[in-house]
Amino acid sequence: MKAMNTYRITIAGDSALNLVFAEKISAESSALIREAAAQLEAARIPGVREFVPTFCSLMVCYDPLVVGYDELCRQISDRLTGLAAPSVPRRRVVELPVCYGGEFGPDLPFVAEHAGMTEDEVVALHSGRDYVIDMLGFLPGFAYLGGLDERLHTPRLETPRTVIPAGSVGIGGAQTGVYPLDSPGGWRLIGRTPARPYDPAREEPILYAAGDCLRFVPITPAQFSEIAAQVAAGTYVCPTSVREEV
Amino acid sequence: MGVTANKPGVCTTVQDAGRFGYLGSGFSPSGVMDRRAFRIANLLVDNPENAPVLEFCLAGPTLRFTAPTFIALTGGDFGATIDGAPAPLYTALQVRRGSVLALNASRTGVYGYLAVAGGSFKIDPVMGSTSTNLKCRIGGWHGRKLEAGDYLPFATPAVDYLPNLASHAVEDANAFYEFNADTVRLRVVPGPQEDLFTEEGIETFYGSPFTVTGKCDRMGFRLDGDVVRTRHGSDIVSDGIALGAVQVPDHGRPIIMLADRQTTGGYAKIGTVATVDIPKLVQSRPGRTIRFERISVQEAQALLRDDEVRMRALAKMVKRPCFGGLSPRKTARRLTPILEAQAIAAEHEQLWVETGDHLHAERIPEIMERRERATQAPARTE
Repeated sequence: MKAMNTYRITIAGDSALNLVFAEKISAESSALIREAAAQLEAARIPGVREFVPTFCSLMVCYDPLVVGYDELCRQISDRLTGLAAPSVPRRRVVELPVCYGGEFGPDLPFVAEHAGMTEDEVVALHSGRDYVIDMLGFLPGFAYLGGLDERLHTPRLETPRTVIPAGSVGIGGAQTGVYPLDSPGGWRLIGRTPARPYDPAREEPILYAAGDCLRFVPITPAQFSEIAAQVAAGTYVCPTSVREEV
Repeated sequence: MGVTANKPGVCTTVQDAGRFGYLGSGFSPSGVMDRRAFRIANLLVDNPENAPVLEFCLAGPTLRFTAPTFIALTGGDFGATIDGAPAPLYTALQVRRGSVLALNASRTGVYGYLAVAGGSFKIDPVMGSTSTNLKCRIGGWHGRKLEAGDYLPFATPAVDYLPNLASHAVEDANAFYEFNADTVRLRVVPGPQEDLFTEEGIETFYGSPFTVTGKCDRMGFRLDGDVVRTRHGSDIVSDGIALGAVQVPDHGRPIIMLADRQTTGGYAKIGTVATVDIPKLVQSRPGRTIRFERISVQEAQALLRDDEVRMRALAKMVKRPCFGGLSPRKTARRLTPILEAQAIAAEHEQLWVETGDHLHAERIPEIMERRERATQAPARTE
């Protein structure tokens, strides 16, 4: 454990403030943000409503009729004294089954050609590592993932598709991710997951949170239909595990 | 027992205060654009503070009521009529079974609100809120705008009585919006990225007039005006976006982020509009001039506290018994001396005498006179 005074506070109006931990995206600041969010959540400071963790900062939304800015800064400072990222961060890993290629991943051949590999090599490379969720935003449950292999970086479509089906897994530039709901978009689609990353009817509408890891597990089209049926019946549970260290 | 939409209006949605607790997962909060008008609407029909309302903009819906109830209309003036007769804003109105409420094109303001007594509409909350999130197609009425023929059931089938009805009105409530003024002043708390703007850019922002453009919706209001310059471009590492955040992309024209905003974004934010001034902004029509005024976060929070005090006082005024109103307590207070006097007057008086078969005719004038005195007495003391 290494103690540091690690954040500065910026004001986001009369009902929110930001704890800024870094100016650039890094694994260290990402771990700090997660730790700070966990500690402040556990502290249950009266008037604090919710948190929005992002790449470099943590937004704290609060009710100024309950707690004023100065008082809240004091309380946060008290709670976060000696804040340090755990030396062995524990991360929840959410496994998303993905059927690569075919009708689900129409751009897989392009990505393979662009990378100078076979399609199987692309799948192996893409599914062969865990991606840290730096932030959720843009769409509900849209995860900004860090750590796509450089060889898989692929330019976006010149003309974005008007509808990308929910569950599509794509690559856009240096990023990879899953579309949680039908949406227009310009990413290269390489596969699709039958698991619903976002389901408003579920108790936990979003399967994962910032700070978790996503792991893509290749499945066959037959398995896709099987899991899709379970999802429709409400019996499918996405496998999760906890792993230590990143 | 509800309303049927004869005409749906341009963008009529069910909203409450918003969907909170999921910003961190990327869910826009949704909720009403004008929180002030929303609160007063619910107040006027004795609803819980966060009951769902119908929000409409540009042109409102035409609704037919299938049961009697009370309603309140607040926010912009949409030339409302009930069965053809003008329906005033900011007052509880009784509607009958079969009544037709017509909301036309907005004449002042942008967003209008309809609350119905008994908790408005029967809407199952999704993730803790009845607000419609159009992008995710959740909440409200099947996650979408109202369409012709839709039938929205009431939370309470029929409401025949609203206590202290006569005091359920707010006078001059729209004075707050200064609809007649060409310029509206919005107070802004600087940050979170004011340091990314040039001194000249900051001067432009607080010193020059901006105009509300036609590109304004529930997501944000785009303004036009002098270019607000940043030091090295407007790109930042994406961070959270608060209600009222003033983003300035590289084109230098401010965009104020509102109810349906994205939760995170990558443009520099020069400041955040004070929560108390958001209603004034959202009710501003294209072409209106906006001027920004810099205040501290402490000042903005003090304004919000004052506003809350005023809102509570308003709630007391609305719920108070009032002269001429149907107050059981006041009616009882006024009747008591009359009834008592009559009882005293009648104490020694027999209305019929059983000594014979007839009333003693000679006593009738005397009895009448005594009764008259008794009933007049309290009237003179008033």
